[in-house]
Amino acid sequence: MDDFSSLLSGFQVALSWHNVGFMALGVILGIVVGVLPGLGGPNGVAILLPLTFGMEPVSAIILLSSIYWGALFGGAITSILFNIPGEAWSVATTFDGYPMAVQGRAAEALTAAFTASFIGALSGVVLITFVAPLVAEFALRFGPAEFFAVFLLTFCSFVGMGRDNRGKIIAALCIGFLLAAVGLDSISGDLRMTFGSMELMRGFDFLVVVIGLFGIGEILLTAEEGLVFKGKHAKIDLKVVLRTWATLPRYWVTLLRSAIVGMWMGVTPGGAIAASFMGYGLAKRFSRRGAQFGKGEMEGVLAPETAAHAAGTSALLPMLALGIPGSATAAVLLGGLLVWGLQPGPMLFVEQKDFVWGLIASMYLGNLAGLVIVLATVPLFAAVMRIPFSFVAPVILIVCAIGAYTISNSVFDIWIMLAFGLVGYVFKKLDYPLAPMVLALVLGDRAEDAFRQALLGSGGSLEVFWANGLVGGLVVIAFVLLLWGPVTEGIARLRRSTSAEPAE
Amino acid sequence: MPQRLFAALIPAMLGAGAAFLPLTPALAWEPSKPVEIIVPFSAGGASDQMARTIQGIVQKHRFTTQPVIVVNKPAAGGAEGMLDIQKSAGDAHKLITTSSGIFMTPMATKLPLSWTDYTPVAMIAQDSFLLWVNARSPYKTAADFLDAARKASLPLKIGGTSSKREDNLIVFAMEKRAGAKFAYIPYTSGGQASTQLSGNHVEANTNNPAEDLANWRGGATRPLCVFAEKPMTYSEPVTEGASWADIPTCASQGLNVSYQMLRGMFMPGRVTRDQQAFYVDMFKKVSETPEWKEYLARNALVPDYRDGEAFTAFLKADEAKHEQLMTEAGFMAK
Repeated sequence: MDDFSSLLSGFQVALSWHNVGFMALGVILGIVVGVLPGLGGPNGVAILLPLTFGMEPVSAIILLSSIYWGALFGGAITSILFNIPGEAWSVATTFDGYPMAVQGRAAEALTAAFTASFIGALSGVVLITFVAPLVAEFALRFGPAEFFAVFLLTFCSFVGMGRDNRGKIIAALCIGFLLAAVGLDSISGDLRMTFGSMELMRGFDFLVVVIGLFGIGEILLTAEEGLVFKGKHAKIDLKVVLRTWATLPRYWVTLLRSAIVGMWMGVTPGGAIAASFMGYGLAKRFSRRGAQFGKGEMEGVLAPETAAHAAGTSALLPMLALGIPGSATAAVLLGGLLVWGLQPGPMLFVEQKDFVWGLIASMYLGNLAGLVIVLATVPLFAAVMRIPFSFVAPVILIVCAIGAYTISNSVFDIWIMLAFGLVGYVFKKLDYPLAPMVLALVLGDRAEDAFRQALLGSGGSLEVFWANGLVGGLVVIAFVLLLWGPVTEGIARLRRSTSAEPAE
Repeated sequence: MPQRLFAALIPAMLGAGAAFLPLTPALAWEPSKPVEIIVPFSAGGASDQMARTIQGIVQKHRFTTQPVIVVNKPAAGGAEGMLDIQKSAGDAHKLITTSSGIFMTPMATKLPLSWTDYTPVAMIAQDSFLLWVNARSPYKTAADFLDAARKASLPLKIGGTSSKREDNLIVFAMEKRAGAKFAYIPYTSGGQASTQLSGNHVEANTNNPAEDLANWRGGATRPLCVFAEKPMTYSEPVTEGASWADIPTCASQGLNVSYQMLRGMFMPGRVTRDQQAFYVDMFKKVSETPEWKEYLARNALVPDYRDGEAFTAFLKADEAKHEQLMTEAGFMAK
């Protein structure tokens, strides 16, 4: 266990007083950054990057990765309290987290989210610690066809596993694909569907759309219901944390499943966003209480949070070992490494042992520090729910607008946000699911790129999608998941009608 | 405004840590608020790293008393960043990092953007392109690779960054010179093109030195030749027994294609001479610091500092060259 002793010396590096201080500072800054929609992890890390240039690389990366942890934790707070995902990967957390908050169970939901984040991140770190070299090599096997197969898997699992009306899911997916296609097409280098508008050239930023759909849409719905004082039952009590923890072991299957999905999606750069949706979708399908999802089920908070954080953490692995960033924040961290003169890639683990193991050790400690700090803030944040909605709503609206504006300093984005607020409201009224549209918007153009890259390479032959076991296997699983729902439901219906027959 | 808040915090915190350095002598004009460097590419890429290196150098050496902020505006192949500079005419607190994209984006998209509407500050380096192959591939020279390409039943795949941009032009020129057909696969970044090459999903890529450095050192990829008239000058070993200077030119291996990309800085249009002079002076100083030289060596960039007339003349010649290349390749927007 050569690696194990390296890890222990890594703990020694990370546990020095000033590094622990940086960890705490980073986590707090990260929470602030995560709570403000639009500012986000990548921006936060980018803004703070120059601060660290004068620091030791180990301390610098500890500070920056702690900001990353803080942002991961912080993203859940606004999702649960206000239905505004602070980060793209917290969208799925709103599905059950917000209903819980509305029922006065905000503290419970926050505790569940933070704990799930911790468990997810921890499983990602364990993965990094023990199988780094193996996983790095596995990620290299992903070419365009394999990437497409992963995205296909995500879409198919959503359609096949969803419990909503399938026609509506597919319609929402298609609208998402259409929105994703606006802007510069990276394969042909041409602008598409911009209709000569300079503003549309940028395409629809995912976060702007999400802030509109969820944040503004929710405000409209609540305003229609007549500004009821929903938060009056919110109990503020640190014992909630312990009580929530006591119920967690019951959900070990969901936690384990989400952790695995997350690790897989993080390593195959499918990313934390796709992971959170898949974690939620699978939990909804396989949970005994699946039908209750969306109405404030704790499992619906645990599943996406665990998956997102397992993915977010595992995403650092391809960055360190291969120099490919698995997420936007990882990309900024990568830039930081280069500025400090560290070249990520296969040689990093050989040449910069101290650095790598110091970082990995700091992941364990940073997460733990993060959990302690955020749990201590649960009562504080839950108290926000006691403020009447008529006071909170304008503040939320302002936060949404600032968030939408900050993403690319564009006033036009605020209009887009408002327009999607209306779309979100109409979708809710007509009972169309929002999640598939969001999913297609995030992954649509990436899936399209991968599909076309694969076909460019194969000279147009579709055989490339079953050319080897990996891509073929992924495609098969995708179709199994797609057909799973319709087939099982069909069988159930058939049984019911046959058992009903004798009675007739 | 959280970003403003951070912008105010950074200098305060840096100032607390850094030793007092003599301030620059009084100039006719100096920035009076934070200076923004717009990067028309996403965070983590080569342009972004360059901007952040400059940011670090400027703040460390106190070349201006104001903080420097890097802002990424990558959408639409960099057009978003260029548009921002276009709209900011007269604003002397903005800079933009540029590459050949400053000509190619308007040509390929027909967007009404032109560098002549901006104020050139300085060219700070040129970036080379190399032909990289997987380390386990049998090709030892560019000639081997071209032979294989001519014999292949399905065109060999060459990865690069974006469509109708630098890498795509090089692959087009290779096809023309070598009489072979290639399948050009556009990726979103050079890093991705490098990873895809080390995973054997493409047969070659045309990355910049920095984009494939990690995989070269890690023994996953290997350069065949550099698309330049002269070999590179950095002779310190990069891997066991090989340096950048050891890589032959493509022309010497029977592939007569050479292409380099400028890396420079612009300001918005309609700024005063004094304002322009301040930044020209600043970049001159940046280009003389040891940190900058270290940065150039690490990324194997060609040191080529130009300002004033020399820079404008270079831009004009380079634009004409790109117009011709883009037209020949059929990449101009109709």
